[in-house]
Amino acid sequence: MRRSIFIFALLAAFPLAMSAAGQLFYVGMVSRMMVYAIAATSLNLLLGYGGMISFGHAAFVGTGAYVAGILLAEGAASAWLGWPAAVVAAGAAAALIGAVSLRTRGVYFIMITLAFAQMMFYLVNSMKAYGGDEGLSLPRRAQLGFGLDSANEVVFYYAVLLLLGLVLYSLHRLVRSRFGRVILAIRENEARAEAIGFPVYRYRLACFVIAGAAGGLAGALLASHGKYVNPNVLHWTQSGTLMIMVILGGVGRLWGGALGAFVLLGLEQLIADYPIAWLAALAPNYQQHAGLAVGAAMLAIVLYAPQGIAGLLAMKKDAPA
Amino acid sequence: MLRLEGLSKRFGGVLATDRVTLEVASGEIHALIGPNGAGKTTLIAQIAGNLASDAGEIHFLGKNLTALKQHQRVRTGLARSYQVTSLFGRLSVLDNIALAVQARSGSSFSFWRAVSGEKKIFDEARAIVAEIGLLEKERSIAATLAHGEQRALEVGLALATRPRLVLLDEPMAGMGPQESQRVIALIEGIRSRVTVLLVEHDMDAVFRLADRISVLVAGRLIATGTPEAIKSDAQVRKAYLGDA
Amino acid sequence: MSWVLIAEQSLNGLQFGLMLFLLAAGLTLVFGIMDMINLAHGSLYMLGAFIAASLVQVTGSFAAGVLLAVPATALLGMILEVSILRTLYARDHLSQVLATFALILILNEAVRLVWGSDAALAMPQALSGPVELVPGLMYPAYRLLIIAVGLAVAVFLFLLINKTRIGMLVRAGASNREMALAMGVNIQALFTLVFGVGAALCAVAGALLGPLLAVQVGMGENILILAFVVIVIGGIGSMRGALLGALLVGIVDTIGRAFLPIAFGAFLPPQFASAAGPAIASVAIYLLMALILFFRPQGLFPARG
Repeated sequence: MRRSIFIFALLAAFPLAMSAAGQLFYVGMVSRMMVYAIAATSLNLLLGYGGMISFGHAAFVGTGAYVAGILLAEGAASAWLGWPAAVVAAGAAAALIGAVSLRTRGVYFIMITLAFAQMMFYLVNSMKAYGGDEGLSLPRRAQLGFGLDSANEVVFYYAVLLLLGLVLYSLHRLVRSRFGRVILAIRENEARAEAIGFPVYRYRLACFVIAGAAGGLAGALLASHGKYVNPNVLHWTQSGTLMIMVILGGVGRLWGGALGAFVLLGLEQLIADYPIAWLAALAPNYQQHAGLAVGAAMLAIVLYAPQGIAGLLAMKKDAPA
Repeated sequence: MLRLEGLSKRFGGVLATDRVTLEVASGEIHALIGPNGAGKTTLIAQIAGNLASDAGEIHFLGKNLTALKQHQRVRTGLARSYQVTSLFGRLSVLDNIALAVQARSGSSFSFWRAVSGEKKIFDEARAIVAEIGLLEKERSIAATLAHGEQRALEVGLALATRPRLVLLDEPMAGMGPQESQRVIALIEGIRSRVTVLLVEHDMDAVFRLADRISVLVAGRLIATGTPEAIKSDAQVRKAYLGDA
Repeated sequence: MSWVLIAEQSLNGLQFGLMLFLLAAGLTLVFGIMDMINLAHGSLYMLGAFIAASLVQVTGSFAAGVLLAVPATALLGMILEVSILRTLYARDHLSQVLATFALILILNEAVRLVWGSDAALAMPQALSGPVELVPGLMYPAYRLLIIAVGLAVAVFLFLLINKTRIGMLVRAGASNREMALAMGVNIQALFTLVFGVGAALCAVAGALLGPLLAVQVGMGENILILAFVVIVIGGIGSMRGALLGALLVGIVDTIGRAFLPIAFGAFLPPQFASAAGPAIASVAIYLLMALILFFRPQGLFPARG
């Protein structure tokens, strides 16, 4: 708990420091990282705590993004309408997709969630009225009311920070609640959970819906942040990226999703902005092929450090003196 | 209390359960014995709801359970333990039992309040942990327990759902004589509260505990009766106990 | 809506379905026998196409290029299996998913480094014209070649799986891996071989579809999902299921895209039909998959009980 508060204090102080230094660009950049942190955390609930390997989580982030985006495009400017609507829509999509997918197991489940996500991608792609494959530009960010201007990077930053805090705290409480215990038990031993009287399917579906809804929130924030929605946010490779974040940060650990998001996006930014001289001498275009490094790093993590960064940190902490 | 009528189960070419008709009376300890591969575990799985039967019916406390899923049958008071230990490995002994207690004390679709604050659940769980003799190990992680302790927890999980009838599938599997005595004592101890259908190979235990015994051979029920009757039944001796 | 159009689209569906079968067959074998999810399967398809493109240029002959690309890709596939993928068999599915996803990223970039974002692969001159199948029905010769090759490979695979010893081992492994292991089968070698065959099939599909679908980085991902849908519908580990699923998906997708918009147009007002038609057509196979899974979560012909 203390570590969490410390991190939040740092995050809260960040924009003030950047304002003072006149580097507001970074505030927007970290806002985006925090939005992805929310998305990755929602997947962490499903994947890390629930043990459900869903490869279609981008579908819910995307649903949230598009619902929020379409509302903005149609003139409904209030975040108090757009963001809850995104959450509900994403939750509803999760209920439908989950209801069918959770009837399957193992590799079937992974592939079905993948397929359904791709289905959403194609559906959105064919919506010519809202940009089709070129995406949709939005007139403005969602309005927060109370005289706050969401176009101001610092204001938007704090809104996202608040929501990130809410999501993490909710996860913290969820895991310790009755529901959380059942979900963890199901992950531990599904057959026995059923054998002591828990209707496993129902609990999994509820977890799926909650995770999807939270993903939708991230999507709505994404749409506002960039003032743009695009079908690529629903592409299955985005689901893969979210999974990389979760495993990078540490599956089943509270900060796992957020940590993974910060590290991955941070690295991306670093590679793009800060050319490494000797690397550039070897391979002049190396920055364009960053995917190779990301892929190699990911492979290395999966093969050699499956517990992710948070796992490594925890191991070091628990190691005998 | 429990009535099986013509229960059958086929796996491809093998008839694992062959028109089994059996009654378990309320309050008794009813043992189910038979050679390896006779279909005892299959039958337990059918009664508990792990396996759907191809034919026949299961009546429990007057209700027809045949179409119900396992978690629904547990709610009616029918629980089972497993021959191959199946616990929540990474949770503590107390947490294992507490889960079963939580399952039958109200809805678990509660997302905010911490379970650790629900004293009643843990008090009751502790009582059950004491009953199965694991009180000193209540904080131990289930996967780190000795085999005998794990079997005790295995039975404890079934009992924690407060069943009217418990199906115990070889609770003494792989146990030495001392550990077996503890399990026998445990079963004796619950006799007054719970009806027991016990599958076991340990004949000493069976003849000490059972009020009645049924014998299953190649999926078919060949005899039911008191221990004395079964001991002297010619068919049973030939098929299972070995000719004297 | 003439019968010619229907026949044409049906043949297109058959053609697409057969190519999907080639991909699905390798994928379902790897799932069924090694219990491994291999997202990089689509990358092998892509490699097959790129390698074929280069070899065709080098040799000047389409046939030579394609025929040489097959063993080349199979070799690459086996190298991949021995070096990296082998360590994943024992791992959980999540690790396999992430590791092979990482492989996709690596292979995509690697291809981009070597070839650039795309490569040119043109169909052979001799086959670029139409053939008259029956009076009134003209059909591209090249597509007929694809159908012929697809059918030949399907027959070959069925003979291989059902009539040879290797095939028997494969079937045994697919339905019960532990048993096969217990019977002393040289699992390591069998796995590598199966993987190589899968890669070869991918190469055939990639090289043949190259002229039709454009050879570019990322072409593997799109078709991979379709292959997944195919084996989910058909049942993991089952060749029969893969064939049936592939034909089903190929035909439903092709016919759906061709005729659903028209059908919608007949029943709905134009502003809905023009949007809904193509939208539903593009997701028709996913709806099909959902429907089948609702009634049979294990697919149509599950190899394992």
